[in-house]
This record gives sequence, structure tokens and C-alpha cells, in this order.
Amino acid sequence: MKYWRDPLDLGAIQVSKGRVIIIEGRCKGCEFCVTYCPRNVIQMSKAFNIKGYHFPEVVDESMCVNCHFCESLCPEFAIFSVAIPEKN
Amino acid sequence: MSAQRRKKKTSQPHPQDELLRTDRLPHIWCPGCGIGTAFSCVITAIKKSEIPLDDIAMVSGIGCTGRMAGYIKLDSFHTTHGRAIPFATGLKLAHPEGSVIVTSGDGDLLAIGGNHFIHAARRNIDLTVICVNNFNYGMTGGQQAPSTPFGAKTTTSPIGSPEQPFNFCALAAACGAVYVARWTALHIRRLTVSITEAMKKPGFSFVEILSPCPTSFGRRNRIRNPLELVQFYHERSVIRNNIDPQEAALDFNNNLVVGKFVDTERPTFLDSYRLINRRELGDWPALEPKVPIPDKQVSG
Ligand code: SF4
Ligand code: SF4
Ligand code: SF4
Repeated sequence: MKYWRDPLDLGAIQVSKGRVIIIEGRCKGCEFCVTYCPRNVIQMSKAFNIKGYHFPEVVDESMCVNCHFCESLCPEFAIFSVAIPEKN
Repeated sequence: MSAQRRKKKTSQPHPQDELLRTDRLPHIWCPGCGIGTAFSCVITAIKKSEIPLDDIAMVSGIGCTGRMAGYIKLDSFHTTHGRAIPFATGLKLAHPEGSVIVTSGDGDLLAIGGNHFIHAARRNIDLTVICVNNFNYGMTGGQQAPSTPFGAKTTTSPIGSPEQPFNFCALAAACGAVYVARWTALHIRRLTVSITEAMKKPGFSFVEILSPCPTSFGRRNRIRNPLELVQFYHERSVIRNNIDPQEAALDFNNNLVVGKFVDTERPTFLDSYRLINRRELGDWPALEPKVPIPDKQVSG
């Protein structure tokens, strides 16, 4: 992430990490999650699901900050994120 | 992606599944319809409110949004057209400890059910009314509704609606609602907070959600892509909290005012009902005059 100046406590802050889980069969391909993910974790796949829609797929899971935004926004209950336990 | 990994990935249930009748999914809403997002926010708000689930009921009327009651794993009822509020009123009075949520569309709540809405707000019945406004009658083929903006095309106004729409928030506030807020379907965090506050508020609370209807409304008004439609509402929205909702009429050509407009208190219907039944009130009207009657003017 780009900052206009580095926050003084940048090193001390632990950014939460998440794993995004996609229930492909439920997706109707609206692209809300892909458009509004703040970290560009997901993109639309070329493949179709059983209903004939393109569904999202993970590009770079290490970017996910477990913000749950995709989870709340998805009208189909097809995507969610879970926290990865922080390493000490 | 290997088949095994895919299987493992989908085995974990979605966090909202605990309150969903998953056997009925996929729901009927079109791809990119805002009702699904609004529903997700309602479920999150229910969980956040920490009200025992046995004490929550959801009632809805007819229409696209009216289907919400069929998908939630709580006590719920899908009423006849426009009659969600009367049913919810009965439910609330029979079980005053419970929290009753009414979820329905603009056509159901404020066209055919308009009078019920007005009087429930006037009596300040303790309901949480969530109105998903898609600006037309989506389910029946996109007819003009009392929310359709002036000039917008629908199947029954092919050259543009000749009518001025309602400002639902102003209507609710004028009728006496104690909590009034409006958000777009993309303001998910603020919307969820508002729904939680509305559920906790004793009295008639009203939350309006501006929701994209790409299939019926967007298609006839040059924005058929759901993503563009949701962005259109969001980009034009201006947050102005605590303003008089009269000033928050929706103006699609300039800005769509959203925010929390009203958050006040006044006795609910049940408060007043209990008070009148205590039989401790004096006669009505009180005949002792508070203001001395002026001496009769001597004429002449
Ligand atoms: S949880 Fe947040 S960061 Fe992770 S995929 Fe979803 S929207 Fe993107
Ligand atoms: S928001 Fe949901 S339905 Fe839309 S593309 Fe993403 S996973 Fe699919
Ligand atoms: S007709 Fe409109 S409101 Fe109804 S489900 Fe389709 S997009 Fe949603």
C-alpha cells in the first residue's frame, strides 16, 4: 500500500491477514466483489460455474486483509473471508 | 485448481448461513440486484443487535424484496400485498417483548400499503421498517411506482414518468417516525449500523435503501450493467446527517442525499396504551383552565 508519508508506527502495526473462500456454485457473476475489494485479491475467472456465470478466483491471497467487505457486499452469499491466526 | 482443493474450499459454510434457509438458495433475485446485499446487511445487523433470535420475527409483503422473509431462518411471514405492516402490528402487540422487522419494497410498503405505513408511524408502533427502493415495480415487469423519478422510463411510462415521486424519508418523519435513515446498497457499513440502531430503537423506525434494479429499472434507463448502476447511485450520493428530510428529496441529476436524518424519542403505541389503561389519568379535556379567561369586555 502507498502512503503519502510513512506512519511513524508502521512497523509496530500488525495488519490482519485473511483467507478468502469462494462458493463458486452460488455466484451469479455480478463482479461486485472484484470491483470493490480494496486490495485486488480476486479477479473474474474465465471458467463458468454450474449456472453458467463467471465466478471470482483468487489472484494473490497474501494481499487479503480480512476486511470482510466482499463478504458483506456479495448479494449471493458466495464469498467470505476468514482470519489467518497471527504469527508471533 | 485441483478437484480435491476445490472440495475442501467449499466445505466451510458461509458465516451468514446460520440465518439462511440454505435449501432455498439460490434466491430469485437477478444477478447484481441490490436486494441481496441489503439482505446480507439485515442479517449482519440482526447478529450485531444481540437480540435473542427467538425474539425476532421478519414480515414482508409482495414483490422482489418481499421474498426476504422466505429466505431467513427465523420466524417469518410473507403476507399479502401491502399488508406487511398490519400483520407486523398484530405480531408486536401480541408479543411486545419481541422485535419485529418489516422488509419490503417501495411499491408494497408505500403504494398499496401507504395508509398502513402512515398510521403505524403516527401511532409509533415499535417496528423496524426496511424499505428497499428500486424505483419501480420490478417483479411485475417494471411498471411506474410512486418512487419512480420524474422523467424516468418504465413500461407504463415509456416516454418518461410525468409524476413527482414521494420523498419517503420526509413522509416517514412527517408521520412521526422516531428513526429515519437512507443509504445506498453500497454503503454497507453505515447501512448495517443504521439497521442495528433502528432495531434497538423503541418506536417506528424507517430505513430506506436505494437499490439497483438492473433488470427492470436500469435496463430502461440506459444503465443496464448492475455494476454501473450501483456505482451511479453511490457516486451521486452525498452524506448529510441530521438534516430535515424535507431537504433530502432525491435528485438524480445532481445528488442523492443519504444519511441518518431523524433520531428522536416519543412514547410508543404500547406506552400510551398502557398509560390509558391504568385509569389514573384525569378526565379529558381537563376543565380547569390553565390560562385565566380574560374578563368579558364591556362594550359601549
Ligand atoms: S476480505 Fe477484503 S481484502 Fe480480502 S478479498 Fe475480501 S474484500 Fe478483498
Ligand atoms: S459479489 Fe458474489 S455473486 Fe457477485 S461476482 Fe462476487 S462472488 Fe459472485
Ligand atoms: S427485477 Fe429488479 S429488484 Fe427485482 S430481483 Fe430483478 S433486479 Fe432485483
